[in-house]
Amino acid sequence: MSSDMQDLKKEGRAYLFVFAALIIFTILTVTISKLHVALAVAIIVALAIAIFKGSLVVSFFMHFIHEKKIILWLMFCVFLFFMGMILSLYFGEYSIPHGAKYVP
Amino acid sequence: MDMPYIVKPREDTGLFNAKLGIWLFLSSEVMLFGALFSSYVVLRVGSVGWPHGASILSVPIGMFNTVVLITSSVTMVYAWLSLRAKKFGQFKMHLAFTILLALTFLVVKSFEYGAKFEHHLFPKTSAYLAIYFTLTGLHAIHVIGGIIVNSYFLFPGSKMWQTDPERFINRIEIAGLYWHFVDLVWIFLFPVLYLL
Repeated sequence: MSSDMQDLKKEGRAYLFVFAALIIFTILTVTISKLHVALAVAIIVALAIAIFKGSLVVSFFMHFIHEKKIILWLMFCVFLFFMGMILSLYFGEYSIPHGAKYVP
Repeated sequence: MDMPYIVKPREDTGLFNAKLGIWLFLSSEVMLFGALFSSYVVLRVGSVGWPHGASILSVPIGMFNTVVLITSSVTMVYAWLSLRAKKFGQFKMHLAFTILLALTFLVVKSFEYGAKFEHHLFPKTSAYLAIYFTLTGLHAIHVIGGIIVNSYFLFPGSKMWQTDPERFINRIEIAGLYWHFVDLVWIFLFPVLYLL
């Protein structure tokens, strides 16, 4: 068997490990959500697990860890913009428009 | 005249054209979904009350769809791996499975939507449902886009394997990057909309 084929087999096995990790962490997210913890804790835990799962997808399935520097820089800038957008809205001063009400 | 760098990478960036193109496209997609996630934060923080996702949506169904999309990401990456191993038959099988799983996701989603409409729960009903339908609807459109692209590569587009295999492998890699992004978005949508 050529070394190329062996490398591909190794890569294939790595994808299966990532798949197993993603399934396990999906089950974990749902299990934790059923525990009656404070909302703030639930949000932090759920998002932390989602970020971990997302980083597995990006790193391995999208082979981001082997990408060229230009892609790493591009996505770093995107990440900064993304976080900036969410955090500026979260920490910024805003108010509910006059007359708006919550409809359950 | 052939366009340069459609197969071989450029000397300056180290990337072939489509690779740089898809990452730029995905960057814009991050900002698109980012804007809607920000809207979710603003609506949720600004609301007097916010329903728990599980009180309106079915968590087992959402979890099933999460597993379906994660599995489709694996079959997609295996389709690319099969081509690199020069196993065209396996490539076709993996890509067909990816499309089948994507269709499964959409069928389940349509049943979910149908159940909500039957209970008179529409986007206009509440801020939660408005952002739920917007985010999942936009995501479903992306799934449909992925099905169209992958179906093209499974049937008419696969002829390129005979004429220009290296370029075809690159095309599947690009389609895969898009598909994994669709999976990535759902990984965040599921806890945000169903579990919190």
